[in-house]
Amino acid sequence: MIRLENVSKVFADGTEAVRDVSLEIAQGEFCVFLGPSGCGKTTSLKMINRLIPITSGKIYIDGVDTQQRNINELRRDIGYAIQNIGLFPHLTVAQNIATVPMLKHWPRERQRARARELLDLVGMPADTFIDRYPSELSGGQQQRVGVARCLGADPPLLLMDEPFGAIDPITRHKLQEEFLKIQERLQKTIAFVTHDIDEAIKMGDTVALMKDGELIQYADPATLLAEPKDRFVRDFVGADRVLKGLRLLRARDVMRAPRHTIEIDESVDRAVEVLDEHRRSWLPAVEDGSRFVGWIEREDLESSASLRDALTPAVSTAAPRTPLNEALSMMLGSATGSVAVLDNEDQLVGLLSFAAIRDVLAIDDESENG
Amino acid sequence: MIQQAWQYMVEYPDKLLGWTWQHLQIVLIANAAAVLIGVLVGMWVSGRGREHIADGVIYAASILMTIPSLALFGILMGILYAISLPSIGVLPVIIALTLYGLLPIIRNTHTALREVDPAMIEAGRGMGMNGLQLLLRVKMPLAVPVILAGLRQAMVMNIGIAAIGSYLGAGGLGQPIFRGLANYRKDLVLAGAIAVSVLAVVTDLVMAGVEKLVTPKGVRMGRKS
Repeated sequence: MIRLENVSKVFADGTEAVRDVSLEIAQGEFCVFLGPSGCGKTTSLKMINRLIPITSGKIYIDGVDTQQRNINELRRDIGYAIQNIGLFPHLTVAQNIATVPMLKHWPRERQRARARELLDLVGMPADTFIDRYPSELSGGQQQRVGVARCLGADPPLLLMDEPFGAIDPITRHKLQEEFLKIQERLQKTIAFVTHDIDEAIKMGDTVALMKDGELIQYADPATLLAEPKDRFVRDFVGADRVLKGLRLLRARDVMRAPRHTIEIDESVDRAVEVLDEHRRSWLPAVEDGSRFVGWIEREDLESSASLRDALTPAVSTAAPRTPLNEALSMMLGSATGSVAVLDNEDQLVGLLSFAAIRDVLAIDDESENG
Repeated sequence: MIQQAWQYMVEYPDKLLGWTWQHLQIVLIANAAAVLIGVLVGMWVSGRGREHIADGVIYAASILMTIPSLALFGILMGILYAISLPSIGVLPVIIALTLYGLLPIIRNTHTALREVDPAMIEAGRGMGMNGLQLLLRVKMPLAVPVILAGLRQAMVMNIGIAAIGSYLGAGGLGQPIFRGLANYRKDLVLAGAIAVSVLAVVTDLVMAGVEKLVTPKGVRMGRKS
């Protein structure tokens, strides 16, 4: 889809911003350009839509040399979102979103229909927001409109320069999640710039780690974490790279099927029996076969007349798609050290324990050594 | 004395209105020319790589403003005479007022265009707007209120200077003033002076309204919050 061939950029003042970078981003792939400030990641991105002219090398999009195309038509075929959003304050949300459709001379009604569709996509009720002005929106909402705008004319390729950079961590987290869901549906080819390793690991199918204008390592996040190419990469991904790797796994990858459960309407004696039999100090309690209701702990049974009295409700539960790092922090907050994994209907589908996670990480270690 | 002036105004409203209308016409024509030239020059010098030209042009325009109006009238008369155009009457006055009006308009156009948020310009360019689209769809709508503030300043200032233009036979509200001074008619002087002042204040208010009107709705809201 996009191919950079020996691309270099030397600015007029002699700074070598990008040095001989070659990489390829496949159709539908989410590629993150990562690195410390001044590493050339933004310059690389902006050379793709020719906001910054290339000094040497070539960039191909779908096999076509970008230099051969009309510069404005090239840009209209590429979605573009930036950190400072740059919404036009004198235009409504609809007009902002339809910027590229307007430049492409779509009929008015189609522009507006598209704005509606995209507002829905980014989770903003169109009826409420379509005729508002950017100054009437919160930072997060503006950012959403920025994302909607870059999808305006449904370009196959998106360039995003720290699009979630200027917002508070909670909103950023939410927008990242939502954007991943959108991407799952749309399957755009994306080049995305960030200096945040966590964001890179979370969002990227591949990560291009850059330093001083050079591409140091280009790999998928798991490889980047497991096999940092050199000291710089190791330092950049951080000493907690094993923990960061956890977020690449989902609860469903690690959970074990619940072998022993207890029906909440059973007697206390029966619960003690099961606990003794399997030498456990706790059991997940279920209702109607598999609907999870909480935990039964041995020490609570002695003073309780029924299991319902002894029940400890779960502080938090995971879903199969919960990233493992989040599940791990739930486990740290759970009295039993375990987390129940529930599907959409609250059915108990698995249990997460420290032992299970350790096993998975150990397997990963072996594969790394082998 | 004010009473006498008032009496004159009540007695000869048609005369006073005639002068006022003349006055206003001169100012409007001159400022229309100043806006046309000033905005074009301002746009041009705001282009990339023209910072030095912009500085030079604004400096030249501000030098122009320091020339006393009578001296400028004199210079223009000389030039117009040399190229055999009417050197007396409205023409030199209109040219002088146009020149005086240039500075605030060029300066405001330049500042406004320069101060458009770079993020907006990057977004516009990145989405494939060409230079003209960027100027007309993004920069100008944001700059127009600031440019109008410059025009407002120029108009109010020129209403004052235009009064002196009556010296050259351009008519306008300078006429009763000069005539009154020559004939020791304080009522005439005062009537003219009051009329000029009222015209200036009213123009200022009207222009303030226009300024508000052309400020894009989204920008107006942004300022409130």
